[in-house]
Amino acid sequence: MAGFTRRKLFGTMALSGASLALPNWARGMSISNATIRSGFDEVSGGAIKLTIGNGTHRVQGRTSHAVAVNGSVPGPLIRLKEGTIAQLAIHNMLDVDSSIHWHGLLLPFQYDGVPGVSFPGIPAGGHFTATFPVRQSGTYWWHSHSGLQEQTGHYGPLVIDPAGADPVQADRDYVLLLSEFTPLSPHTIFDKLKKGEGYFNYQQTSWTDDYPLTGEQRRMWGKMRMMPTDILDVTGSTYTYLANGHGPQEGLEFLFSPGERIRLRIINGSAMTFFNIRIPGLAMSVVAADGQNIRPVEVDEFQIGVAETYDVIVEPRHEGVYTIAAESMDRSGMAVATLTSAPGARADIPALRNPPLLTMADMGMNHGAMEMDHSTMGMNHASVAMDKVAKPGSSAMDMSGMSMRDTSLLPDTVKVGPGIDMVSMAPVDRMGFPGLGLDKVAHRTLNYRKLSALEANPDTRKPSRFMELHLTGNMERYMWSFDGQTFSAVSDQPIRFAYNERVRVKLVNDTMMAHPIHLHGHFFELVNGEDAPHQPRKHTVIVQPGGSAQFDLTANEPGDWAFHCHLLYHMHAGMFQIVSVASPQENG
Amino acid sequence: MERLLYLPFLGLPLLAISTPALAQMQDMPMDHGAHDHHAMMMDEAAEPDITVPTTQAPPPPAAGSGPARAADAIWGAEAMAASREELAHHMGAQTRLFMMADRLEYRARDGANGYLWDAQARYGGDLNALWIKSEGEGSFGKKPEQAEVQALYSHAIGPWFDLQAGVRQDFAGPDRTHAVIGIQGLAPYQFEVDAAAFLSQKGDLTARVEAEIDQRITQRLIIQPRAEVKLSAQDIPELGIGAGLDTAELGLRLRYEVTREFAPYIGVAQEWKLGQSADYARAKGDDPSVTNFVAGIRFWF
Repeated sequence: MAGFTRRKLFGTMALSGASLALPNWARGMSISNATIRSGFDEVSGGAIKLTIGNGTHRVQGRTSHAVAVNGSVPGPLIRLKEGTIAQLAIHNMLDVDSSIHWHGLLLPFQYDGVPGVSFPGIPAGGHFTATFPVRQSGTYWWHSHSGLQEQTGHYGPLVIDPAGADPVQADRDYVLLLSEFTPLSPHTIFDKLKKGEGYFNYQQTSWTDDYPLTGEQRRMWGKMRMMPTDILDVTGSTYTYLANGHGPQEGLEFLFSPGERIRLRIINGSAMTFFNIRIPGLAMSVVAADGQNIRPVEVDEFQIGVAETYDVIVEPRHEGVYTIAAESMDRSGMAVATLTSAPGARADIPALRNPPLLTMADMGMNHGAMEMDHSTMGMNHASVAMDKVAKPGSSAMDMSGMSMRDTSLLPDTVKVGPGIDMVSMAPVDRMGFPGLGLDKVAHRTLNYRKLSALEANPDTRKPSRFMELHLTGNMERYMWSFDGQTFSAVSDQPIRFAYNERVRVKLVNDTMMAHPIHLHGHFFELVNGEDAPHQPRKHTVIVQPGGSAQFDLTANEPGDWAFHCHLLYHMHAGMFQIVSVASPQENG
Repeated sequence: MERLLYLPFLGLPLLAISTPALAQMQDMPMDHGAHDHHAMMMDEAAEPDITVPTTQAPPPPAAGSGPARAADAIWGAEAMAASREELAHHMGAQTRLFMMADRLEYRARDGANGYLWDAQARYGGDLNALWIKSEGEGSFGKKPEQAEVQALYSHAIGPWFDLQAGVRQDFAGPDRTHAVIGIQGLAPYQFEVDAAAFLSQKGDLTARVEAEIDQRITQRLIIQPRAEVKLSAQDIPELGIGAGLDTAELGLRLRYEVTREFAPYIGVAQEWKLGQSADYARAKGDDPSVTNFVAGIRFWF
């Protein structure tokens, strides 16, 4: 195929302004207070060296203090090979503790990189080497799990080549890592979130807005003490959205020749942002989710939650130029890259669309048939069942007489308290929902019900146990938790599984925000209507506002694992737990 | 046009925000006897596999018990201790200081112009905190008419409300120390409410209810109607306070948020002394009704 190999092309995106000079860290000089570069190198081979340092990162004229690995944001693309031994040697040159978590990797828990769960952390000036067999392939990423370092640049892509033939054949193979830049310290951001509700939201309802809301609807939201514009907590008012570390005006470019199959490995490495991704003029064939191959699904746009990865194939037939637009879910900004056959050419960048609004469905009631995927078996029942119950009355938003916080609906595993400001009345499975704002677009979108594993799952046993976990929160106080209790209150009460236990876990979202829930060290299979062998395997699942999602888990990775909302500031507020998987011996 | 329907709420009668009503506001009850929780769950229909358990069960004995300590076996309990403590502290147990000057203003009016401050500081975690509140006002060239500081322990009693108790010390006029019990939080329709009762060392019982609401005209231009009433259980002649409704104040402030934290404002505040309090004011030669044109800044950090 025109002489290209994936290996050669992998990290070679043409970047405007890329310097050929060796960065300080590569010359053995101090990287403290260095200038941090945008974009990344590739590291691979036997012993991979990763150096955590800090410096100044500049994006589109704004500067920020960055914690970065090997002197760039994102940090280097770590390239591993299935069936080999990974040896990742980390040197922490910060004057504070740090860590690296290998997001999505199956490995002994002590190398998972979560201070306080899997290891003590890497002290200032310290070294740590993670050595483990590589048991998987696909697109992943890595990031700090110490404090809020991730927001400031401590993250990067990780790609594992399969031991055998890759079922996804492509002529070009590119990584597109999406993230955010902010001149604010992450601690400042958290402080503002705690103190000022809607602090970063400049798309709130007002007397002069253009939102299609009636006065009655506006009063209803006011009555509930909630905002229909609570889409993302931190927005484009401070964030510049980054594509491989580059702002939208900084011209990240991927080259192609007509007729090629181009694989884009899209990683949402942001702290707080869901992105809607589209390439106007090109259809995308989604071939992998969270590093796991799926049966290809053709879409025009899809939403990627924080910490998810999707691989897509695009096949531009002719010479031309396309914009890859990654619009933040609240539509306050976008990350931009260009796919072009002519270096330097640029296509139009689509304008930001009108911000979406939360609806009744996001409050956990009255799910319209609109978002239901009726092609999925069994769903027709469901809508009938719904008609019988949460009948909303003639006005779609008539809330009179309904409690938004009926705590009697909660199982007794949930601790009721001030940390819960809402209880979903009818938390239906929303895996057929394409994501806020994408339910109303005219083109093809993705949802979890469209994912089907390409290779059969290794464990298709029926779950022997059912577990329900509630995602709880209080917008006003900016409290986030599982089952009504922040991690600080339950740090010694982990979620326990027996070794090799097969458990169906239901996550119920009693908040109006979408939460990307991530389990370390495992893949779980989404209960999405597929037969057991083809339930898609994921490490992160978005639980839509007011809805639920279920997954089947085979707990066969012994040890303690972090389990948390991957919205950085939700985790920091307490939406975090430890999953403890017993060792095989304990099964007797 | 429809958004103008907000306006009727600006005039929500003050008494609707009195404390008994707050209990109701915590929860708007509904008849859930008619709704079987499980019947409402669609996902059971979406997943018809009845052999998979659908009720929660505790983990089996083989899952083990007690705190998660797997890493101790690898790295040593001592090595893990500090990071465990830090992790637990960071995720939900942090404390912070919040300070806000809600009103810091110049008051132009008939007679001597005056000033007013109304500031609060909070230090604590998500649920428990220490509040320091200070309010005062006066006319330029005279001694302050009113100045007080409250120190309150605050405990969250629901998603939106804190119960607060502590002491208040008055600094202007006759020396008074009060025991304070109150409630502060966010009522339905986004009214910020602060209501408190005060029992002085002289045995006088008084109360104060304040409510304000932010109405966004644009993303940065905000109009804030505000109402306050003061009540007294008895005549307190030396303070010019009459039994019953003592004073009422309605204000309207238009602020521009240069940043979220810093907003200059202009506005008008109308005060009335009522009933016996009005008589006391007249007896002193004061007008029981005063209109203030105000300009000030609101800031927090």
